[in-house]
Amino acid sequence: MTGKRRKGGVLSDLMIPLIAIGILILFNLIRDPGFFSISLSTNNSGNAVLTGNLISIIDSASELAIIAMGMTLVTAATGGQDISVGAVGAITGSVFVQVLKGSGDITAGTVVLGFLACCLVTVLFTSFNGVLVAFFRIQPMIATLILFSCGRSIAYWITGSATPQLESPIIKAMGMTIPGIPVPTPIFMVILVGLLLLLFFKTSNIRLYTESVGINQGASRLNGINPTLIKLLSFIVLGVCVAVAGVISTCRLGQVSHKTLLIDIEMDAILAVAIGGNSLGGGRFRLSGSILGAYIIQMLTTTLYAMSVAPANVKAYKAIVIILIVVAGSPVIKTALSSFWHRLKNNRAGAVSREVN
Amino acid sequence: MKKIVALVLALAMILTMSAALADGIKVGIINLDPAESGYREANVKDLQNTFTAENGYDATFITAPTADKQLEAANTLINSEVKYLLVSAAEATGWDDVLAAAQEAGVKVFLFDRMIDCDPSLYTAAVVSDMAKEGETAVAWLESLGLEEYKILHIQGQLGSAAQIGRSTALQNKCAADDKWTIVREGTGGDSWDPNEARKIAEAALNAGEDFNIVYAENDGMADGVVAALDAAGKTHGVDKDIIIMGFDCNKWALRKLLAGEWNYDGQCSPFQAGVIDGMIKKLEAGEAIEGLNELNQIISEEKGFDARTITEDDINTYGLGE
Repeated sequence: MTGKRRKGGVLSDLMIPLIAIGILILFNLIRDPGFFSISLSTNNSGNAVLTGNLISIIDSASELAIIAMGMTLVTAATGGQDISVGAVGAITGSVFVQVLKGSGDITAGTVVLGFLACCLVTVLFTSFNGVLVAFFRIQPMIATLILFSCGRSIAYWITGSATPQLESPIIKAMGMTIPGIPVPTPIFMVILVGLLLLLFFKTSNIRLYTESVGINQGASRLNGINPTLIKLLSFIVLGVCVAVAGVISTCRLGQVSHKTLLIDIEMDAILAVAIGGNSLGGGRFRLSGSILGAYIIQMLTTTLYAMSVAPANVKAYKAIVIILIVVAGSPVIKTALSSFWHRLKNNRAGAVSREVN
Repeated sequence: MKKIVALVLALAMILTMSAALADGIKVGIINLDPAESGYREANVKDLQNTFTAENGYDATFITAPTADKQLEAANTLINSEVKYLLVSAAEATGWDDVLAAAQEAGVKVFLFDRMIDCDPSLYTAAVVSDMAKEGETAVAWLESLGLEEYKILHIQGQLGSAAQIGRSTALQNKCAADDKWTIVREGTGGDSWDPNEARKIAEAALNAGEDFNIVYAENDGMADGVVAALDAAGKTHGVDKDIIIMGFDCNKWALRKLLAGEWNYDGQCSPFQAGVIDGMIKKLEAGEAIEGLNELNQIISEEKGFDARTITEDDINTYGLGE
């Protein structure tokens, strides 16, 4: 029964993001037929890498897509958003650099160690948010405002230097491409995180619990679900997502700039959730929508770059398009569209029946 | 938040310092945020190691990232009756009133690292890098390569800072004068020297299919940001490769990239002015006159540019900043 309802919902839920991405693709193809062409070239390290705008879009959107997944869960469970993910990501990067610098040589072992330390620290920070939201029932935006404003100072305090460098083939492999594999590594990380979350949902009832807590907390409690725990869990999952994104972003440059690592990503992540057709008020959610939203945002950025819009001006142009997408996905427009659609269908049915007669 | 923390720390420092070391020479030092870049980090450290209690100073250090905070700090220091005021200005303009007030109060002002646009009589001496010369040295090096075409991706630093103006002007003048030189695209870190901004600018240029063979980045971090974008796009860079990479500041990690042949040029910008200023203050205290100033009351630091083909391990250890 529920399965059926979901199946019917897929298209209408994802309608707006799919149309948006379709329009963007069409627009780019008309503007420049070669926009999506992919080629193989050799970079400075002697590795073959796939290049082209399409690869650039999918690669650059990786951190956003990963954080958007976590944000979707927090949104669904709490009906609010965590605006500190960028700042906490900077802390992640600082911890990663500190652990690797402290352990001397950068080897596969120390990188794994560094990553685990990042997960631990990041989850601690997001759990701090989680406790404020779930236990003290503080509005998510207010609760996460604390780390939003001081997180980057904490990151600087951890590294104690402007832009500490990490120089190692392993770091390059993580942030760019593994020798012999021409596809950028971050893309694999998105797939990995996506699959892990999918597995998590398939093997547990977390999805159902999260949605029910988001829709009606009181009713969920009466049915034996612990809303505090579910909300906290969503922040823990977000923490792991932020840890992965922070490490990817650090490896891309091989350095941490506490001021700008993952800057403004919280806003893009919330946007990705909204564009993906998820209600920012919590309840039912669709991870695939948010991931699609992340790629739409990046495709928009890359399109504007390709049209020679300066990076500083991109935000203004992006805002215009995003307003259009969000308004198109709003309940008012959606209802109007669907009633228009029905009328059209009825009219046509009427016309056909008249013809037959 | 960070600014507040910095201010509180600075105030706490003023209190503790003035209480503990009342008999040293009272010096107020206004600098930029050490988190800005590797250059600034080295600069702040150098000052802190020079103006110590053991060296006979009672120094107050204030680091502020913006012009308004710096002016505020300057007023505070003048009011707390420092004898010498050392300033590295976030912006080159807007200091006239404060410097005049300092003169009236009998505070001697030293400028370091960055010049201020004002009458030279308003400060005792300026120990600075000649940023215009840094730019000219870099451009001259580029010209000496004798390329057929100069198609340049120009990454500018913090707009309005002396370093950005000096390094940009040399390149812009050359491009205006010579038809073979074109700036394919220019971008800026805006209010910062941010490597990520630089990476975005390079990504945008690559996405737009721009063709360039030179990257002129106005500091090391920004050059590194561009290089990350080039690596991702499968473009080769460095000695005998497709794209020439130029940076400034001579951080050790950057010079190592020169040695490895991944970059081509790095222009020096000395952050070590503390020793010179220390010497001048000691002279004034002994009643002697300061010598060797030019008509703008400046002492210019000697600086050079490094070529990846000739740099040695020794150069890195001697001239490199940081670790």
